[in-house]
Amino acid sequence: MAEKTKKGKPASPAVKAAPPLFETADWSFDLLRSAYDAIEEIAIDELGLDVYPNQIEVITSEQMLDAYASIGMPLLYKHWSFGKRFARDEALYRKGRSSLAYELVINSDPCICYVMEDNSITMQTLVMAHAAFGHNHFFKNNYLFKQWTRADAVLDYLDFAKRYVAKCEERHGLEAVERTLDCAHALMSNGVNRYAAPRRMSDAQRRERALERLSYEEATYDDLWRTVPGGEEAAEPESEGSVEARGLGLPEENLLYFLEKNAPKLADWQRELLRIVRYLAQYFYPQRQTKVMNEGCATFVHYEIMNRLFEKGLIGEGAMLEFLHSHSSVVFQPGFDDGRFGGLNPYALGFAMMRDLQRICDEPTPEDGEWFPDIAGRGDAYQVLKDAWADYRDESFIHQYLSPKVMRDFRMFRIDDDAEEPEMEVSAIHDERGYRELRKTLARQYDVGSQDPRLEVTEANLSGNRRLVVNHAVRDGRLLDKTEAENTLQYLADLWGHRVKLLETDVENDDVLVEHDALPRPR
Amino acid sequence: MHIIDRRLNPKSKSLGNRQRFLRRAKADIKDAVQDALKRRKIADVEGSERVRVRAKTVKEPSFVFGRDEGQRDFVIPGNKEYQVGDVISKPPSGRGGGGAKGSPDGEGEDDFVFTLTKEEFLDMFFEDLALPNLVKTKLKDLKTTTPSRAGFRTDGPPAQLSYVRTMRNSLARRIALKRPKTEEMLALEAEIAEAEAEGDVEKVEILTERLEKLRARRRAISYIDPLDLRYRRFEQLPRPTTQAVMFCLMDASASMTEALKDLAKRFFMLLYVFLSRHYEDVDIVFIRHTTTAHEVDEETFFRGSQTGGTVVSTALVEMLRIVQERYPAEDWNIYAAQASDGHNFIDDMSHTLGLLDQEIIDLCQYFAYIEVDERDIDQERFQSPLWSGYRLLDERHAQFAMRRVTSPAEIYPVFHDLFARAPGSASAAKASG
Repeated sequence: MAEKTKKGKPASPAVKAAPPLFETADWSFDLLRSAYDAIEEIAIDELGLDVYPNQIEVITSEQMLDAYASIGMPLLYKHWSFGKRFARDEALYRKGRSSLAYELVINSDPCICYVMEDNSITMQTLVMAHAAFGHNHFFKNNYLFKQWTRADAVLDYLDFAKRYVAKCEERHGLEAVERTLDCAHALMSNGVNRYAAPRRMSDAQRRERALERLSYEEATYDDLWRTVPGGEEAAEPESEGSVEARGLGLPEENLLYFLEKNAPKLADWQRELLRIVRYLAQYFYPQRQTKVMNEGCATFVHYEIMNRLFEKGLIGEGAMLEFLHSHSSVVFQPGFDDGRFGGLNPYALGFAMMRDLQRICDEPTPEDGEWFPDIAGRGDAYQVLKDAWADYRDESFIHQYLSPKVMRDFRMFRIDDDAEEPEMEVSAIHDERGYRELRKTLARQYDVGSQDPRLEVTEANLSGNRRLVVNHAVRDGRLLDKTEAENTLQYLADLWGHRVKLLETDVENDDVLVEHDALPRPR
Repeated sequence: MHIIDRRLNPKSKSLGNRQRFLRRAKADIKDAVQDALKRRKIADVEGSERVRVRAKTVKEPSFVFGRDEGQRDFVIPGNKEYQVGDVISKPPSGRGGGGAKGSPDGEGEDDFVFTLTKEEFLDMFFEDLALPNLVKTKLKDLKTTTPSRAGFRTDGPPAQLSYVRTMRNSLARRIALKRPKTEEMLALEAEIAEAEAEGDVEKVEILTERLEKLRARRRAISYIDPLDLRYRRFEQLPRPTTQAVMFCLMDASASMTEALKDLAKRFFMLLYVFLSRHYEDVDIVFIRHTTTAHEVDEETFFRGSQTGGTVVSTALVEMLRIVQERYPAEDWNIYAAQASDGHNFIDDMSHTLGLLDQEIIDLCQYFAYIEVDERDIDQERFQSPLWSGYRLLDERHAQFAMRRVTSPAEIYPVFHDLFARAPGSASAAKASG
């Protein structure tokens, strides 16, 4: 759209003496537009980013709170949990305990980017560079987003979902809908496909495959085989349960999907609600796996762009200082013993790693040559970064690119914690012996697959007692939180409609460590 | 690229979510509201309220790891002094990377605290109250509208066709377009007949031609055209059909101390808040009395004090007079609340009871009598003159209620009692009181 026409313009030479874009703190729509154009020129022509068309929307702080409450989506169906979130965020905001994000960006095509009216023009510039180009580029190019989300369809789907839920509320009552959604929300993190399913074959393809097999059998037919004794019995009759399990596609890790397809007592509209929640969960799954990269990418991009704007004289020194102040608080990483510590700051880690990659490409040290022979001194840092943004998620990115320098800068160390022991042990620090250990552990820390409990439907009886068995594969003795698990299991049982059993089985030796059991509540 | 200004979009998009949330946490919120009412000053009744909701009510469980299970290792930043092999004792609780201990029953969960708006607070407060004997207007449609004539419009149902307007338009159009009149045609026809009789063929031809032209013109220009049609237009005007007047009657004699007046005041104010929730217009009339009664303004009502005895019937007479003058019972919902320490001249009792029994109570939607008394005495044994007299009325009239209040803390419960939805609760409360 806009950028297409924009690109046709010759890249303006001799930009050194350009007057600043703005000199006051207030923004206006004209200023926004000229700032956007200047950013776009840098982002597209100089950094070579590839983005969806942008749609910048100016909103008030109240609307930002609204957007927060509906998990950042511009429109969403109604549910009390969003009201709760809103009440909490509002209370925190009113008391000044937390400030609002400067922006919010939706992974959609066109990419919707909310900016707050309270921002100064410097902040608006920063925000547009960060969200409209940084996040936008990441959304459009990262393999996880490409594979799992459909940016062009998400808004339409949300609109459909909202209407559908409203219609269900009208027809079946608020409470019935609420009950179903409660259950579905409880299982939301168990409602994602972690691996892409093989592409489904069309009927024609399937027929072709059957014919191929048949012709192969005909071509290789040998009457002798009939005379070999024991041929018939060799195929042991399958037990009824395993036939059924295979028919249901067990084991199935996507609990919501399984219930949607197989729960015996659900009405059609309830299945559709499960589907909506499942779709949402799947939509957010890539974001959960790329927090560090996504924020790192956006922060890196805004940092580059703002610096270039400053170099070109398009923003003044005052604006630059304002930017640096806010930038440094965004990438601030308190130490573990600091009162402000709340885990690793994804902005800080992502930004530091990407800046470091840039350094490795441009000014490598001997150490870098040892650790990153492929890229050390290659010079084209943007290309290396763009490849990383496209092909990695947090876990693999850290595994591949966390450099010793970043570990030293962050003064990382590893702690081993056994619930049985009264004390914890420091098992690696940022030294020659510890780098690889740290990197491995940190990468796993960002692997959503190993941070979430792994649950699977392993057994479902549809013809007899209709019992459902879900298994939690326990690693390193990490059991589920008992109360939470029992409450969630209750919801699961409500959806299934019959008895549900949850086994916690040690992956090492298949010992059942804990067993939970739930019966559906009467409606 | 587009820049869109969304600031004027409707706010509170999550209002629906909030309502659902309130509904979910209703039980907890109601408890909190009741608590708040006990400790609040009357002046703050219409204020917001922080409400604590039990975590259990609004819990969103999911399958998560227990906080204190198994072995794990993790990387954190900010190492200053640790070497490999160093041992750190676990922090007792809370933050600090790991080792946070949760009690087995999930006690670590925090209750959820948020703020109810003024409207939500009052809605909760009044939720199980209802105005008694709503004979005149249903509360649900507070804003009824009446159609009122407002000019004309060009379309509408046939029944609303305005003939006068339509014909006036038609006439004007016919004149403007020079539509041949019927008389003109008749005259021409007569002329043709005459010419025919005379055998003037040429004239007949000319005239017939002219007649044809006129006929064609008449056909082209219709007598009534859709353009002419006018319909009567109505506008739905909101009508304050629900208006209430609240009479506050109070004994102003010296025996009413400041403290007693304060008690009475709280009751009156609560009643006002309650009525203003339900009626568009609420008028208040303050009548205070000693041996004579006067309508006064609010300030004087609560502040001033007069010496003298107590004749309740004077206030009732004054009230009757005002009702007849300004608040006809067909148009107004009349509420009355009387506060007194229970004194009255014994001679006046029969007159008072007669007035109430025959006239006033039937006029009122509700007549509440509050006896304020600082002493906590056995009601059955020490009955004030008014109390014993009113007991008879209480038995006969459903819209009459009486309560005794000794401390501010009792105001709300009593008020709640008086207006409780269930009709049976009034008598039940009386037995226990």
